[in-house]
Amino acid sequence: MGMSTDPIDGTSMKSDFPLLEREVRGKRIVYLDSAATSQKPVQVLEAMDHYYRTINSNVHRGVYAIAEEATNEMERARESVRRFINAKSASEIIFTKNATESINLVAFSWGRANLSAGDVVVLSHMEHHANIVPWHMLVAERGIELRWIPLDEQGRLDLTNLDSLLEGAKVLSVTAMSNVLGTLTPVRTLTDAARAAGAISIIDGCQSVPHSATDVQALGADFLAFSGHKMCGPTGIGVLYGREELLEAMPPFLGGGEMIRDVRLDGFTTNDLPWKFEAGTPPIAEIIGLGAAVEWLEGVGMDNVRSHEIALTDYTLTTLGERFGERISIYGPSDSAERGGVFSFAFDGLHPHDISQVLDEHAVCVRAGHHCAKPLMRILGIGATARASIYVYNDTPDIDALADALEATGAFFAL
Amino acid sequence: MPGLEDLYREIILDHYRNPLNRGELETPPAHRVEGFNPLCGDEIVLYLDLDTEGCVADIRIGGQGCSISQSSASMMSAAVKGKTIAEIDDLTRAFKAMMSIHENSLEGAETTEPIDAPEVKLGDLEALRGVVKFPVRIKCATLAWNTLAQGIAEASTAS
Repeated sequence: MGMSTDPIDGTSMKSDFPLLEREVRGKRIVYLDSAATSQKPVQVLEAMDHYYRTINSNVHRGVYAIAEEATNEMERARESVRRFINAKSASEIIFTKNATESINLVAFSWGRANLSAGDVVVLSHMEHHANIVPWHMLVAERGIELRWIPLDEQGRLDLTNLDSLLEGAKVLSVTAMSNVLGTLTPVRTLTDAARAAGAISIIDGCQSVPHSATDVQALGADFLAFSGHKMCGPTGIGVLYGREELLEAMPPFLGGGEMIRDVRLDGFTTNDLPWKFEAGTPPIAEIIGLGAAVEWLEGVGMDNVRSHEIALTDYTLTTLGERFGERISIYGPSDSAERGGVFSFAFDGLHPHDISQVLDEHAVCVRAGHHCAKPLMRILGIGATARASIYVYNDTPDIDALADALEATGAFFAL
Repeated sequence: MPGLEDLYREIILDHYRNPLNRGELETPPAHRVEGFNPLCGDEIVLYLDLDTEGCVADIRIGGQGCSISQSSASMMSAAVKGKTIAEIDDLTRAFKAMMSIHENSLEGAETTEPIDAPEVKLGDLEALRGVVKFPVRIKCATLAWNTLAQGIAEASTAS
């Protein structure tokens, strides 16, 4: 719409994604649910297929050729992830099942070694359940106290009382980008405040890492959690980045093979980082898939990914605003510089299930529900929202299709 | 291919726009029960007034949800008012059979095999027959009924 230049042609991006060629109910699929999971480029699919077809074997054990190749491919993927987020060392890249497991790992391993009754963990009202429930579990288990950063009327963090919230706190754990509101939080401000207060910081990067350049040195975070499947990688693989000194001091999470140096009848010793936190046979194909996803995204350029998203966000906010005016309200910040491409909205007083049902008739895929953020829903005074979210393979025709389908939805339910 | 007209019959939209029996009852003597849809986004609150003969003397509905969950709740409230617990049990099983859910009353386990439902007139509830073509929404339609069954069970053991 002329507000910002778009370095990416979302339309031609689609050709790398086989699923986006399919039709639903005779119409081209319009996938607007990347906040839930992203589509995968053929390069990722081929990398995983190649692993299974040619080098499938268990890692870190075999002396034979394909075992060595598999190990190299896996550790090469780890190095790719390290590079992608500018971590100092591959020892700081722990592979988990997903971001939820990553956060649970910190709560379990760091939390149980460092938190006791009355210790304070600071969260925010916009957190995903993955960054709420593990802390509730510690409240029940050992009586820690939770404090909450509230939100302002635009769905941004209200940092007015940040210092007093952090007073005496041991942990600050917040999202870099809300999966409901699209809000981008001021991560560096938050991690600096945490450090000044003597607290560690954990950042939920699920929505941010796939959508803009991530530099953990610049972020100043002690821990960063994110999932492969939201960044063009497969399901079943997530990452926990942790500062080496912290990870060294932490007791292990899961116990078994791979994470040990020695096991005897009377005890065990742990392996070096990162393997200390990777028990059992890892999801080798998925790790390789994630490595391929990182390389694919690096090929596109993360700054380009972000610029494309800003341009498409502007187009979305403008288009939906112009076509529907008062009939639609989009939650979250109104300035595209303060938000990512996640749009939760209310439309014509219709329930999100009903909106997404009619949108489905038109092959438009959006999510309806509480988005694993029930506390946020209660604070907003609603049970659920419909949510559209964009990624690198979306283009303006996708947004036009969403608007057309919403028009049809309004007509269908009109009194 | 199932169309939206199968799911959203006019009578469903009528009940959604003008739901019956909205509100609250004083508890006690009424019993309050809450239900949530695992699909997410539907909440229901039922207030049940069971009289001494085990009839639902009065019922009110609260909460928020989609057109399917709300209209099903509205239709349910009209259908169960004045009925005995046994009649409501038959009605519930007939409704769920229409939703292709067969509940074995001994185990309470659910299968998806169609069964011979009790001979019960479903009336307006027939309009929800189309939901079965949209399996994801079945939980929206059955939410009120499951919550009702839970509430009746709780109220019966409490008294």
